[in-house]
Amino acid sequence: MSRRIWNNAVKAGLYICSAVTVALLVSLIGYIMYRGIPALSFHLLSTQSSYLNDTIGILPNILNTLYIIIVTMAIAIPIGVCAALYLTEYAENKKLVSAIEFAAETLTGIPSIIFGLVGMLVFTQLLGIKQGILAGALTLVMMIMPTIIRTTQESLKTVPMSYREGALAMGAGKWYMIRTVVLPNAVDGIVTGCILAVGRIIGESAALLFTAGFGLVLNNFVDSLTSSSATLTVALYVYASERGETNVAFAIAVVLIILTLVINMIAGLAAGRLRAKTK
Amino acid sequence: MNRKGFRTAAAVLLLVSITATLAACGTNQSPQSSGNAAAGDSSAVSGNVSTNGSTSMESVIGILSEQFMLDNSKVKVTYDATGSGTGIEAAGNGTCDIGLSSRDLTDAEKAKGLTQTTIAKDGIVMIVNKNSAVSDLSLEQIASIYKGDVKNWSEVGGSDLAIACIGREAGSGTRDGFETITGTKGVCVLSQELTSTGAVIEAVKNSENAIGYTSFSAVEDQPDIKVLTVGGVSCTEDTIADDSYAIQRDFNLITRNGVKLSAAAQAFFNYITSDKAYGLIRKTGVVPAGK
Amino acid sequence: MRENMKQDAKKERMSELVPHLIFLFCGLAAVAFVLCISVYLIISGIPAIHKIGIIKFLFGMKWQSTAAEPSFGILPFVLTSIYGTAGAVLIGVPIGIMTAVYLAKVAPKRPAAVIRTAAQLLAGIPSVVYGLVGMIVLVPAIQKIFRLSSGATLLCAIIVLSIMILPSIINVSETALEAVPREYEEASMALGATEIETYMKVSLPAAKSGIAAAVVLGVGRAIGEAMAIIMVSGNVANMPGLLKSVRFMTTAIASEMSYAAVGSLQREALFSIGLVLFLFIMIINVILNVFIKGKGKKDVA
Repeated sequence: MSRRIWNNAVKAGLYICSAVTVALLVSLIGYIMYRGIPALSFHLLSTQSSYLNDTIGILPNILNTLYIIIVTMAIAIPIGVCAALYLTEYAENKKLVSAIEFAAETLTGIPSIIFGLVGMLVFTQLLGIKQGILAGALTLVMMIMPTIIRTTQESLKTVPMSYREGALAMGAGKWYMIRTVVLPNAVDGIVTGCILAVGRIIGESAALLFTAGFGLVLNNFVDSLTSSSATLTVALYVYASERGETNVAFAIAVVLIILTLVINMIAGLAAGRLRAKTK
Repeated sequence: MNRKGFRTAAAVLLLVSITATLAACGTNQSPQSSGNAAAGDSSAVSGNVSTNGSTSMESVIGILSEQFMLDNSKVKVTYDATGSGTGIEAAGNGTCDIGLSSRDLTDAEKAKGLTQTTIAKDGIVMIVNKNSAVSDLSLEQIASIYKGDVKNWSEVGGSDLAIACIGREAGSGTRDGFETITGTKGVCVLSQELTSTGAVIEAVKNSENAIGYTSFSAVEDQPDIKVLTVGGVSCTEDTIADDSYAIQRDFNLITRNGVKLSAAAQAFFNYITSDKAYGLIRKTGVVPAGK
Repeated sequence: MRENMKQDAKKERMSELVPHLIFLFCGLAAVAFVLCISVYLIISGIPAIHKIGIIKFLFGMKWQSTAAEPSFGILPFVLTSIYGTAGAVLIGVPIGIMTAVYLAKVAPKRPAAVIRTAAQLLAGIPSVVYGLVGMIVLVPAIQKIFRLSSGATLLCAIIVLSIMILPSIINVSETALEAVPREYEEASMALGATEIETYMKVSLPAAKSGIAAAVVLGVGRAIGEAMAIIMVSGNVANMPGLLKSVRFMTTAIASEMSYAAVGSLQREALFSIGLVLFLFIMIINVILNVFIKGKGKKDVA
C-alpha cells in the first residue's frame, strides 16, 4: 500500500517540477513582455538619450552590442579555429593536447566577473587601452574561446578520415589538404559554434562593466573602441538601478530576449543540420 | 532549409550587420535641440574634454555637455561616473581634464594643488514612501534615525512600523554630504547600501518602512515618493540659494592649480561657469552658484 | 633542374611549416589565457592580503573599507557566497533532476519538446534580466510576506540563483539519463519494479556521474553570479542571515570597484577578494571532480 503511495507521490513530484519549470519560463517572459512592450517605441530604439529634450534612447547601446560582437568574433574565430585545427589535425604530443584541453575546460568554469577584473587589470591598466569596446572585446575573447574551440573540434571530427587520406594520397600537403578538404566540410559546425558564442556575448554583463564601461553616448565604430560604451545588458543595469527608469529597462529586456530567441532558433537549426550530417 | 538556404541566411545576416555598422560609422547623430541651440558652429574649438567624478552631477554635466557639443560640433565631451573621490583623484593625476565632486575638497586634497569651482548647489532631500504618515523631520531626528537610536516610525509621528534606513555606498558624494551635515559620519546603521540615486528611489517607492536621501534634482518627476520637509523648511531653489534648507552641498569642478587646460576644456569650463549655463543647470533641479 | 626541385621542396616545406607553427601558437592561446588570469590575480591579490594579514582578511568579520580606520574582513562575503550557493543548489537540484527524469523518461514527445525548449530559453536569458525581474517582483513580494522593512535579502538572491541554475541542471541531467542503457531499466521492470521505481532507483544511480557533473555546473554558475544578485541582495556587508541584506564575494567586487581609488588599499583588497573567489572555485572544482571520478570508477566496475 505504501509502495503505491510512494509511486504516486513521486509521479506527482515529477509532474509538479516540470510544471514549475515551464511556469517559470512562461511567467518570466510574459511579465517582461507585459512591462516592456508598452515601453518600446521607434524613438527609443533609434535615438540616443538626451538631457536637453529629456528623452531616453538606446540606439548607442544597440550599436555597442553589435560592435562588440563583431570585434570579439573577428579576433576569436581565427584564434579558436586555428587552435582546434592544431588539436585535431596536428598535435602529436598527448600531454600538450590534454594540457590545452584542461586549460579550455578551466576557462569555462571561471565566473565572468573574474574575467572582467583581469580584463580591467591587463587591458586597461597594464596595456593602457582605454575603457571601451576594444578592451571589452578582448576580455570576451578569453571567455568564448573554449566554446569556439570545442565546437570547431567536434565539427572537424565529423569530416571522414577517408577525405583526408584521399587528399594526402594524391600528394597534397597537410595544410593544403586542410584548407581544401577539411575546412569546407566543417564550416557548418564552426558556424554553429559562432552562433552560440554570439548568444553568450549578447547576454554578458559582468565582464564588461569595467572593461567596456557605462557610457551611453552614441559613437561611431572607431571611436567606440576606446570610449566608454555600454552594451544593452550594461545599459539595462544602468537604467534600472542607477536612473530608476524601470520601463526603459524592461524595454531593453524585451530586445534582449527577442535577440536571444532568434539566436537560439538559428543555432538550433544549425545544430540540427550538423546532427543530420553526422548520421 | 537545405545547405544552400542555410549558407544564404548566414551570409545575409552578416551582410546586414556589416551594413548597419558602416551606416553607423561616421554617424554623428546629434539630438534635436529644443530651441536652445546657439548660433551654430561658432568657434574652431576642437578636441576632447574628459570629465570624471560624481554620479550626482550626471544630469548637470550631461545637459551642459550636450548643449556645448551642439554649439561646438568639433568638440567631444565625455563623462565617467566614478564617484566624487575618484573624480578628484583623476583631476589630480591628470587622467581627466575636469574632475567633478559633490563635496568640498579636504585640506589634504587642496594641499595637493587642487582648486574647486562651485557651479551649483544641490539639496539633499529626505524621501519616504508616499503612504507614510510623516511629512516633516528635524535634523536631530534624522540623525537619530540614521544612527539607529530611533527605530520605529511611531516615535517620530508615524505609524507603528520599523524604520529601514536606506543609504548610498561608501564612496558616494551624496552620502558624504548627508553624513557630514547630519553629523552621522561612520555611525549610520543602514538596512541597505545602494549604489545609485535611482536604486534609492526605487527602494523607497516599494517600502512603507523606508527612508532614504537623494539629490533634489533626482526627485523632480517622481510621483510615487514623498519628500519630507526638514525642520519645517521644504527644499526649493530659493531655500537652497539662501541656505535656509539645511541639507545641501556644493557641486564642484576640480582643476589643478597653475596647470593650463586644453583649449577645448577651457572653453567648456568657461561655458559652464558662465551665466549662459544657468537656465540649463536650473532645468536639472539644481541651483546655479552664481545666483 | 635539381636546383628547382630543391627550391620547390623547400617552399612546400615552408608553406607547411608556417601554418603548423601558427596553429600551435593559437592552440597555446587557451593555456596562455589561463596562465595570464592566474598570474594577474595572484600579483594583484597578494599585496592587500600581505598588508592586512591573511587571518584578519579571511576570518575578519567586519568590512568597512572607507571608514577612517578601515577594516577588511571578508568572512561575511565568503559565508554569504557559501550559504547562497548551498541554498540555490538545495532548491534547484531536486527540481532540476525531477524535471530531467520527467523529460527523459516519462514525458510524451510533444510536452517533452516544449519543456526542453523552455529550459534552453531560460538558459539563454541574460542574468541582468533575472536581476531586473527579481528587483521588481521578488523584492517587494518578500518584503510583504515576511513583513520586513526591505525585501532585498539573501532569500531573494537564493531564489533568483536557483532559477538561474535550473536550465543547466536539467540539460546535463537529461543527457546523462538518456545515456543509461535500456537494459538496466528493462531488467528492473522485468523483476517487477514499476516505472517510477525503476527511474528513481536504477536510472538515477546509473546516471550518477552525469548528474554530479550537472551539480558541479550549477554550483559553478551560482557561486560566480554577480549581476543578477547585485540588484536583489541589498549589498550591506553583514554576516549572512536569510532575511538580512547581504553582500556576496562577487557583488563585493562589483559594487566597490567603480569608485575605489587606484592604488588604494581598498582597491587592492577588492583584487584579493577576486583571488580568493578564484581559488575557491578551483578548489570546489577539484574536490567535486575527484568525488565524481571516484564514484565513476565504482560504476564502471
